[in-house]
Amino acid sequence: MIKTIVMQHIMCCPKALKICKGDDKTMSNKSNNLYRFLVAQGDDAIILSHRLSEWCSNAPYLEEDLALTNVALDYLGRARLFYQYAAELKGGDETEDSIAYTRDERQYTNLLIHELPINDFAYTLLRQYFLDVFYVEYMTGLCQSSDQRIAAIAGKSVKESRYHLKRSQPWITQLAEGTEESRRRILDALTELESFVGELFEMPEWEQQLVTDGIAFDRQLIREKWDHQVQALLSASDINILDSQLKIGGGREGIHTEFLGHLLSEMQYLQRAYPGLKW
Amino acid sequence: MRNTDEHALQAEFDRRVAAEEKIEPTDWMPDDYRKNLIRQMSQHAHSEIIGMQPEGNWITRAPSLRRKAILLAKVQDEGGHGLYLYSATETLGITRSEMIEALQTRKAKYASIFNYPTLTWADIGAVGWLVDGAAIVNQIALQRTSYGPYARAMIRICKEESFHQRQGYELMLEMAKGSPQQKQMAQDALNRFWWPSLMMFGPHDGDSAHSSKSMQWKIKRESNDTLRQRFIDQTVPQIEVLGLEMPDPEIKWNETRGHYDSGEINWDEFYKVINGNGPCNHQRIKHHVKAHQDGEWVREAVRAYRAKQARKKDERAA
Repeated sequence: MIKTIVMQHIMCCPKALKICKGDDKTMSNKSNNLYRFLVAQGDDAIILSHRLSEWCSNAPYLEEDLALTNVALDYLGRARLFYQYAAELKGGDETEDSIAYTRDERQYTNLLIHELPINDFAYTLLRQYFLDVFYVEYMTGLCQSSDQRIAAIAGKSVKESRYHLKRSQPWITQLAEGTEESRRRILDALTELESFVGELFEMPEWEQQLVTDGIAFDRQLIREKWDHQVQALLSASDINILDSQLKIGGGREGIHTEFLGHLLSEMQYLQRAYPGLKW
Repeated sequence: MRNTDEHALQAEFDRRVAAEEKIEPTDWMPDDYRKNLIRQMSQHAHSEIIGMQPEGNWITRAPSLRRKAILLAKVQDEGGHGLYLYSATETLGITRSEMIEALQTRKAKYASIFNYPTLTWADIGAVGWLVDGAAIVNQIALQRTSYGPYARAMIRICKEESFHQRQGYELMLEMAKGSPQQKQMAQDALNRFWWPSLMMFGPHDGDSAHSSKSMQWKIKRESNDTLRQRFIDQTVPQIEVLGLEMPDPEIKWNETRGHYDSGEINWDEFYKVINGNGPCNHQRIKHHVKAHQDGEWVREAVRAYRAKQARKKDERAA
């Protein structure tokens, strides 16, 4: 049965066998870079959205259950906007769903921090806080993109992320200064997440080219601000970090943690089992 | 003296209920009225919360991004309804943690339908269309309930539920008109959720334990069987549009009654599930308890943090 499904899939989606390095001969270099950028942005957002949605009916308060899924919904919306633009750029049969549902681990190019499991509430919130600080700055910068559509998506995103940050930041302080246990959990989360933060500020060559072209925003420009803001919050609770230099990377080249494959097999299950149907 | 007062209060309460005036939280009300409302409203709130589980079961597996967004938003709405209803119930002098404890110790019930599993994607359509559809029939009647906060909650909740029902039906339509496999999933979902949806209206009028008092107090406005018939009448033509087979071979238009006739519900199954032996009763409560226990350290941390902040404030003041 499984074999049949796999065969069906291969027959219906020949592209699925190709490791996607993003190079499409039918597109110019510039639009190829743009396409990669849009898909990568969409990947970051959809993968984080998936993780956050795992909190549904599992949060410590009903209010937090609603908040976490609300943030998940914002990131899902963000992913759709980037994917839809990418699909239009590529043309043909490509849709937001074919991008999300028919690519494998090696073709997904999200930065690794987004795919890490939710672990516990401290871990989820610390990751969210790190990303909220990052996205407020990054999306603010991206609003200046010469590509009007990207600028518009960034404009919507920055409003959402500001709101997310308002919620995640006080949580970090409360957990860091709450009980011994909550502090230990924050410190444990920090030990792990610290290794994945650096990748947020890295850019492959094609993204640097987009920066030069005025389309993408230079991630390096916000590193210092990010360091300063995060360190200020944590040191107020007597916690020392943080080194945001690159430690673990590879997401943009499709080199992931083992967690992503399981996430995708769950997310893509119906599209893979019954290829080509409308739902 | 007290007796005289109580009689006067009771008479005033009866007069207001009869005159269709709303009873508000600060008004005098008979103890049994309060208890009855707490039972019904908390049960309603718990249903919204437990209902997040079978629907949440498919969020990470939704087959398109559009469907995923709709489902995520819908489940959030249900959680919001739960929150709203817990708050409305708290106006009767019970706390949310007391209500949650009653749920977890199985003293309080929730809608039995959520003890059935969502096995395929079509079940998400069936839940939206049939379960929310049945809930709306019930809740429209409850918009006229005598307790003000409950009636107002129902008005707001009904608006969102009717959107949920439409998205569920649209999902079913897509599948019923889709591939043979999708159509089969849709038929199977309809067959499995039809009877539990009819059971949502409760026992026949003659067998309903809480009905007569509730009707007298105008907490409940229409009988179980009347509401169930209304649901059947509105749903049968929708099944025809889907082009699916009737889940009950006895469904037939009755010209004389002006309603659809239908087969008898399996009441043994109804009582079995209500009494804790549905396919998912244990799973639902265990899940709720686990999430609650897993979150205890967070709530503890919040309490500790607040206490520390309060101490600091006192020290500064001193």
